Amino acid sequence: MSAASEPIAPAGPPLPTRPGLRAPIAASAAPSRRRGWREPSLLPGFAPAMAFTLLYLSLLVLLPLAALAARPWEHGWQGLWTTLASPRVLAALRLSFGLSFVAAGLNVVMGLVVAWALARYDFPGKRLADAAVDLPFALPTAVAGIALAAIYAPNGWVGALLAPAGIKVAYTPLGVLIALIAVGLPFIVRGVQPVLKDFDAEVEEAALTLGAGPLRRTWQLVLPALTPSLITGFSLAFARAVGEYGSVIFIAGNMPMRSEIAPLLIVIELEQFNYAGAASIGLVMLLLSFAVLITINLVQLAAARRGRR
Amino acid sequence: MRTSAPVRPSGPAWLLIAAALVWIALVIGLPLAAVFGEAFRKGAGAYVAALADPDALSAIKLTLEVAAIAVPLNALFGLAAAWAVAKFEFRGKTLLVSIIDIPFSMSPVISGLVWVLLFGANGWFGATLDGLGIRVIFNFTGILLATVLVTLPFVARELIPLMQEQGTDEESAAITLGAGGLRTFLQVTLPNVAWALLYGVLLCNARAMGEFGAVSVVSGHIRGLTNTMPLHVEVLYNDYDFVGAFAVATLLAGLALVTLAAKSALEWRFAGELAHGRR
Repeated sequence: MSAASEPIAPAGPPLPTRPGLRAPIAASAAPSRRRGWREPSLLPGFAPAMAFTLLYLSLLVLLPLAALAARPWEHGWQGLWTTLASPRVLAALRLSFGLSFVAAGLNVVMGLVVAWALARYDFPGKRLADAAVDLPFALPTAVAGIALAAIYAPNGWVGALLAPAGIKVAYTPLGVLIALIAVGLPFIVRGVQPVLKDFDAEVEEAALTLGAGPLRRTWQLVLPALTPSLITGFSLAFARAVGEYGSVIFIAGNMPMRSEIAPLLIVIELEQFNYAGAASIGLVMLLLSFAVLITINLVQLAAARRGRR
Repeated sequence: MRTSAPVRPSGPAWLLIAAALVWIALVIGLPLAAVFGEAFRKGAGAYVAALADPDALSAIKLTLEVAAIAVPLNALFGLAAAWAVAKFEFRGKTLLVSIIDIPFSMSPVISGLVWVLLFGANGWFGATLDGLGIRVIFNFTGILLATVLVTLPFVARELIPLMQEQGTDEESAAITLGAGGLRTFLQVTLPNVAWALLYGVLLCNARAMGEFGAVSVVSGHIRGLTNTMPLHVEVLYNDYDFVGAFAVATLLAGLALVTLAAKSALEWRFAGELAHGRR
């Protein structure tokens, strides 16, 4: 580390640690010490840490993404269009994005119920339940996938109960939905729980003294306060579900046009050495996800602005 | 501000709690129970035999080797990135942090696909590397690259907010008093973030050992050679060897449970020393 790259502070009055950024306005009357793109600092090691970070990100994130962005154009617009406009690809994209939307929506409702119970009440087994919510983050997707397939297969624990009623889950879009729900639950719970916990008790008690019933209190006070975290949780669960592969492919049955998800199509294209086709689907998935996330962020901003007024 | 402390439930609250518990049992408990139930369906003997299979053992070995390289690499990256981002002010910081986050919003399949586009037979560098006799795809290197990409943000995401919150006062004091840069980092910064680092490493490791989609794309599923544990689970399952598949799956589920227990313990014990705003 280049300890000598920055001047050691002279003894005497304490220096602001980050001159310029949060220093009082008076300080900026002195000639700015800012040289170029970064502010001077007492601490050493910026150059090596930054160089390593940039090199690492360039080789492991940016170069691969450049390959993804460049490859679909091998056969020009025509090639890209031929891949994306095929009914099978369209059906897979519709299934992936549509079911991810539904799953994230259902998770908003059930995630709120779970978060509410965990944040607001004491009950036996609460710590266990609380820790269990994170399991989908830790459990490998392939393990969740084969477990769900076994449970919901026609002869499985739940599948056998549903079969007499004529409900088929495994190897149908309903199975895909169940897998996507399991994947997204923790995003909502972990997003909402801290907000619920920190909600100002006095505001709620004031509403109580003013005669608001528990339901009205919830609707008019707590839910609006939760909306931003619910939206964030929704978008995280949605993004995760769109790209989900391992926990879906075993239960999905993977029938073209019916229960085939978009990530699986990438794998299929690669198996046929159609790199351009695989990259086309991958790029569109990534761009669509980014577009959805940006839209949700804008909605979030608009909601926050309206809330402040 | 006084926050709402949890209360003893009464009346309709029990309904809410029951709904929450039923949902957790259905979505999380049932699949976990199924893994162990199916693995021991034909008794403990079949379970042990499935795990003693040479292909299963080589899958376990490969998984451990990949994690043993990928996790330290990403921990090192996390420390470097957090040092640069949290302790210094520079233009483009927001952009840098967004780039670090990208792997989280990519489908695992895409995280594998990109390496095929670079190093596959028809990839950018495929032919060149082939001439040199270097094989990346369907090989250890490809599996490692895919794993590193998928788990890249875990440690950085844990350290950056915490180190930002801690500021630079302690480090500046150490430097002013004459400590060298490395000594300051090892004796001031590192102890302050030790538990958060461990937390990030835990999550990174769980994902590295359990990653399926990205690794599946680059591995080629060669038994005994390029199958990690999750891939071996898939191969066995597709061969209708359910006891075998679920037996290997119990190891991965066990890893998830241990990770979860350690993570919860860290959260209860060291809440103040971990980053705020959990995902």
